[in-house]
Amino acid sequence: MDAITLTIDGAAVTVRRGATVLEAAQQAGIYIPTLCSDHDLEPYGGCRLCIVEIEKMAGLPTACTTPATSGMVVRTATPAVNEARRDIVALLLADYPDDCPACTGDDRCDFHQVVAYLGLDEQPFRRLHRSIPIDSSNPFFERDLDYCIACGKCVRTCDEVVNVDAIEMASRGYTILPSAFGGKPIVQSNCISCGECVVRCPTAALMPKERRLPAQEVKTTCPYCGVGCQIYLGVSDGQVISVRGDRDNDVNRGLLCVKGRFGVAGYVNHPERLTLPLVRKDGALRETTWDEALEMVAGRLAGFGKGEVAVISSAKCTNEDNYVIQKFARTVLGTNNIDHCARL
Amino acid sequence: MAGLATTFGSGAMTNSISDIGGARCILAIGTNTTEAHPVIGFGVKSAVRKGTKLIVANPRYIELCQFADIWLRHRPGSDVALLMGIMRVIVDEGLLDRAFIEERCENFDALEQSLTGFDMDFVERTTGVLGEQIAEAARMYATNSPAAILYSMGITQHSHGTDNVMAVANLAMLTGNVGKPSAGVNPLRGHNNVQGACDMGALPDVYPGYQRVADPQARAKFEAAWGCKLDPSPGLTLTELFGAARRGEVKAVYLVGENPVLTDPDARHVREALESLEFLAVQDVFLTETARLADVVLPGVSFAEKDGTFTNTERRVQRVRKAIEPVGSSRPDWRLTCDIARKMGGRGFDFSHPRQIMDEVASLTPSYGGISHDRLEAGGLQWPCPNKEHPGTSILHTERFTRGKGRFVPLEYKPPAETADENYPLLLTTGRSQYHFHATLTRKVSGLNALKPEELVEVNPVDALMLGISEGDRVRVTSRRGEVTARAMVTDASPAGVVSMTFHFSESPANLLTNPSLDPVAKIPELKVCAVRVEKIA
Amino acid sequence: MGKLTGLLKRRGAPETHTVLVCQGTGCQSSKSDQIQAALQQEIVQLGLSDRVKVKSTGCHGFCQRGPTLIIEPDGIFYTRVKAQDVPEIARCHLDDGQIIDRLLYQHPGTLEAVSHYHDIPFYKKQQRLIMRNCGQINPEDIQDYLDTGGYQALRNVLSGMTPEQVIAEIRRSGLRGRGGAGFPTGQKWQFCRDSAAPQKFVICNADEGDPGAFMDRGIMEGDPYTILEGFTIAAYAIGASQGYIYVRAEYPLAIKRLRIALKQAREHGFVGDHILDSDFSFDVTIKEGAGAFVCGEETALMASIEGKRGMPRARPPFPAQSGLWGQPTNINNVKTLASIPVILTRGAEWYSSIGTETSKGTAVFALTGKIANSGLVEVPMGTALRQIIYDIGGGVPGGKSFKAAQTGGPSGGCLPADFLDLPVDYESLTQAGSIMGSGGLVIMDEATCMVDIARYFLSFTQHESCGKCVPCRVGTKQMLEILKDITTGKGRAGDIDLLVRLGNSIKVGSLCGLGRTAPNPALTSIRYFRDEYDAHIRDHRCPAGVCQELA
Repeated sequence: MDAITLTIDGAAVTVRRGATVLEAAQQAGIYIPTLCSDHDLEPYGGCRLCIVEIEKMAGLPTACTTPATSGMVVRTATPAVNEARRDIVALLLADYPDDCPACTGDDRCDFHQVVAYLGLDEQPFRRLHRSIPIDSSNPFFERDLDYCIACGKCVRTCDEVVNVDAIEMASRGYTILPSAFGGKPIVQSNCISCGECVVRCPTAALMPKERRLPAQEVKTTCPYCGVGCQIYLGVSDGQVISVRGDRDNDVNRGLLCVKGRFGVAGYVNHPERLTLPLVRKDGALRETTWDEALEMVAGRLAGFGKGEVAVISSAKCTNEDNYVIQKFARTVLGTNNIDHCARL
Repeated sequence: MAGLATTFGSGAMTNSISDIGGARCILAIGTNTTEAHPVIGFGVKSAVRKGTKLIVANPRYIELCQFADIWLRHRPGSDVALLMGIMRVIVDEGLLDRAFIEERCENFDALEQSLTGFDMDFVERTTGVLGEQIAEAARMYATNSPAAILYSMGITQHSHGTDNVMAVANLAMLTGNVGKPSAGVNPLRGHNNVQGACDMGALPDVYPGYQRVADPQARAKFEAAWGCKLDPSPGLTLTELFGAARRGEVKAVYLVGENPVLTDPDARHVREALESLEFLAVQDVFLTETARLADVVLPGVSFAEKDGTFTNTERRVQRVRKAIEPVGSSRPDWRLTCDIARKMGGRGFDFSHPRQIMDEVASLTPSYGGISHDRLEAGGLQWPCPNKEHPGTSILHTERFTRGKGRFVPLEYKPPAETADENYPLLLTTGRSQYHFHATLTRKVSGLNALKPEELVEVNPVDALMLGISEGDRVRVTSRRGEVTARAMVTDASPAGVVSMTFHFSESPANLLTNPSLDPVAKIPELKVCAVRVEKIA
Repeated sequence: MGKLTGLLKRRGAPETHTVLVCQGTGCQSSKSDQIQAALQQEIVQLGLSDRVKVKSTGCHGFCQRGPTLIIEPDGIFYTRVKAQDVPEIARCHLDDGQIIDRLLYQHPGTLEAVSHYHDIPFYKKQQRLIMRNCGQINPEDIQDYLDTGGYQALRNVLSGMTPEQVIAEIRRSGLRGRGGAGFPTGQKWQFCRDSAAPQKFVICNADEGDPGAFMDRGIMEGDPYTILEGFTIAAYAIGASQGYIYVRAEYPLAIKRLRIALKQAREHGFVGDHILDSDFSFDVTIKEGAGAFVCGEETALMASIEGKRGMPRARPPFPAQSGLWGQPTNINNVKTLASIPVILTRGAEWYSSIGTETSKGTAVFALTGKIANSGLVEVPMGTALRQIIYDIGGGVPGGKSFKAAQTGGPSGGCLPADFLDLPVDYESLTQAGSIMGSGGLVIMDEATCMVDIARYFLSFTQHESCGKCVPCRVGTKQMLEILKDITTGKGRAGDIDLLVRLGNSIKVGSLCGLGRTAPNPALTSIRYFRDEYDAHIRDHRCPAGVCQELA
């Protein structure tokens, strides 16, 4: 690997050539606040919070856009840098609503984390108010632009990651905001509801309609298509309430589609889930006990000749399920009449 | 699968999802990737953004077309002609990889011989694509190495699907695009665990790991391991099974986690077949259309309630972990099957956790030999993974093909089993929507139903004009096997003469229409082409 | 008015005249095209066609007095000509040799009429290098340009200079970018020359967006050929085969003349394949910009050419490394490129003898505001503001006194009378808290409220901010809100310090030049007119009587 070494806050950091100063700092575990950068997106340099001092460079360059070079000397948190950062955050807070639904008091919200890090103790600027109607047209998430800080992450995600371009930055200056084509409700755009923008929004502007936070998360594999995206199922009160893409795997690298992200809890928790075995009595299916149901299956299946029974397994079931089912067909029922929907 | 097994010796995706992005050219044929495999679709689009050439071959205008350098709009069912036409250009213009063919492959002469039947006149006439466009695609694919081919059910679900697959394999071998990074032949599997179900031997002709039931050595091995005699003759495939049931030859079915009444072709006959059984047991999470026909219904659990593994399209075995307790008194499928087996006197079903099952799989399945739940904690493993030290295999056929040499297969063009005629003047093709998956699970999710609430029959504006159909009209689609109604969407996404539907909606079950006509080798039905007529409902 | 009637020297022998009618945008808006048509007609009727030639030219610069026309070879300069004056001009002057007094320029001080173009102070004190042909040649006829020695520089370059030699010559001349930042042009070319890439681009930035600025427009309308010649030489020097001229769509006449010039240059083999039979090939595309102010910023301009939203991006990487479509790209302003041919024909040494130690050559200003003679002005770098405002501009009209001069467009600073003797060059202006910018020069008189002016400019930059970066997008909005409060009597104690703090934060924190300079009008007006702010905030009084709510 072509590597270079630079100095960040006095520490030597070796990174691949082409890495940005921000990536180098993150690799070295040095926190630099940022609200507009994302490892899936091109460097943007819009929020200006990652400004740093770099020897032999004028002004305060942004770490996210500046390529790291050999021998570069970077200071990430000088008084001048932090003073400028505090003004930037104060500017953002000056028209940010006081009652933020995303605020859980912890560091899950990027904006909250940045404010906490900088330790803002005054608000010198004029209080400004916005009042933009909430777009709740999408069944899975809503957009409240009063909380938007115009970092452009949603628009860039839709462009660079999803390549759908359902939204764009509309207007300019202070009034710039993400917008679906023609300012129409987002559900009327070509949005595919993948939620990649919602995941990346650093504020409460894009929020899933399911607001509950999971008590725990369990890593597993998405049950839908053959891609096998790695996901974290969020669980609260014994129910699946959320799905989050796992970034640390080569299959999906955190990305998910609408079904994986928003279409799991709805069926897992569905009230029509079967909870008791059913047997047909007098032409109708009626609830019964496990003993009766299993006895009946075992008993009836035993009554047929080897060629007269067949087993249909499932491409939705696990490997372990399938192994046991085919073993059952072959060793207990004595038949190779075992298949599943591989061809469909 | 059978096609790739014949040519390469293994039916699985040769390469990995993560290396598709490195291809200099991607040929996406018979795959609506952004709808059916959205996350791979993201990767294809990102690759194009970074300079990868994209050739899309699809009768329908799909999202990928807007990213494609070349879109080949060939007629449904003309894939062999199109691919052979491409190969003919590559051979005629000397763009083939002679060293690779010489060293790694066999039977090239036979292929070359069969290419003589595919002169450009014939190919143009058969596919409806301009020869110059085909030539351009051939040059683009052959000269931008590594080149990856992606395909899906648009290739396999034909009465000559095996031929289609072999044509794809021929093309990859012809240009040396096998066994190296970012190249290969990559069938994108539909379900989360189609690959695994096949690997596990949920097939009538093979034991786990594709060990043939007809092979005495393999059979002896499993007889020894399982402690019983095994039937040496292959069983019935799913589609054959329904015929046998209608004829009264199969009398009882134990069915787990499927809903063939909606998802299988010629659904009316499937329903009749299941209704004619003497006994039907269904194990599922919902009372599906199929479960309603059952004598006993056993509530299984969802993936969130059980431990185990899925094997994805790139042969990667990954963990499924229990996140919540089973809903109600439902139970994991493996446990239910073990319980029934034990009640019937079966031996070897005393598992207390799926990890023990995987250990048994590993002991009997060479390609899974090194796989265990413990190892999977660190991340998925791609088979072949023959032993505990093996890191898994991201690319197949790197040194040699699984079967030794890659085998070129000469091909001829066969038309679809059904073609348009006077009574059924249009062709129906079926596909997926990214908002749904088959017909059961996603239809329970209200948000997904809100985004895609109902079936829309895509009708080309020309056909719509002739049939007096406007956007949103209710139409009846009729084939030789049945009829369904749905609203029409007038769009030139489907070419004139072709209508398109999904198969997600029990209200408009497209599979009442589709043709169960089977590929003679793979026994895959021709879901992608059948003849229909469309009428406006007054 | 003093009566001045003169007979021309060579009376008797039939006189041959050339009438130069200004067809710049300013004069055309006063119907100079109709004047020219009427003149043609009159000349035919009087049978003067064989000895009077009428020629369109670009802007003469003295737009305040338009429509203007010059009658050569006498050099008689008529101003504020109307269509009804045409018969008189034709009969009395062209036929009869009589100068028409009432159409002559009148010295605002002495009230004396000045007949000759070169004697008018507005022109007399200027040194025209960049605009040397403006108002002199027909901007739609390449032959006119060739007759003045046009394209000789390109001939010299292609017949005997290596790209390195061209760059060395430009470096020696000391030419700095006329777009505002003043980066040494030769060095900029060298960076791009040094970038190894199969494809490089050159861009001519003609996206002049400052309100009241029309220097680039004047040059494009008056002498598009010299821009194209300089552009082609720049492409040769850095090794580019394709160039884009990015002009704002609001300049239809400039675009039309550039297109004509490009077509003619192509016909003459100055643009295209194998230019002048050399190995050098270069083609030019004219791109019309949609008129967003920020597109004058070079990275935003490139995004706009690529068909993306015109938003700036951070540098590095610099355009010379990764510019248009990721390829090495050199961007120069219209005035920079127009300087190239004259430097190469007359030599770097000659050029560097003009101007100051660090700022060489001439500067072009659009002189506007409360000034007697507004128009385009070209002076050597280092000329004192006083000279420009009083000698050339004729001072502040209406008996009012000078209050401030704003240089550098809407994000420039406002300099008070103390700075009248400031030599105008890059360094001096920056030290004074302003910028050279691309050449706007707005004069304000005593009736101007400096707080209100700052509010006005902030509302412009806020509106034109692309919205990408927080300091510019939200910071200028806050500054504007505070300034609005002050001008409406709602100013608070501490607001001045807050404006200064915020202004400095915006300057250090913004992504591009727009944000980094946007606070200048407020910061300089606080620096030099702080008492006016105090009066607004503390006494609720507007000293200039401008702010209505405080009156």
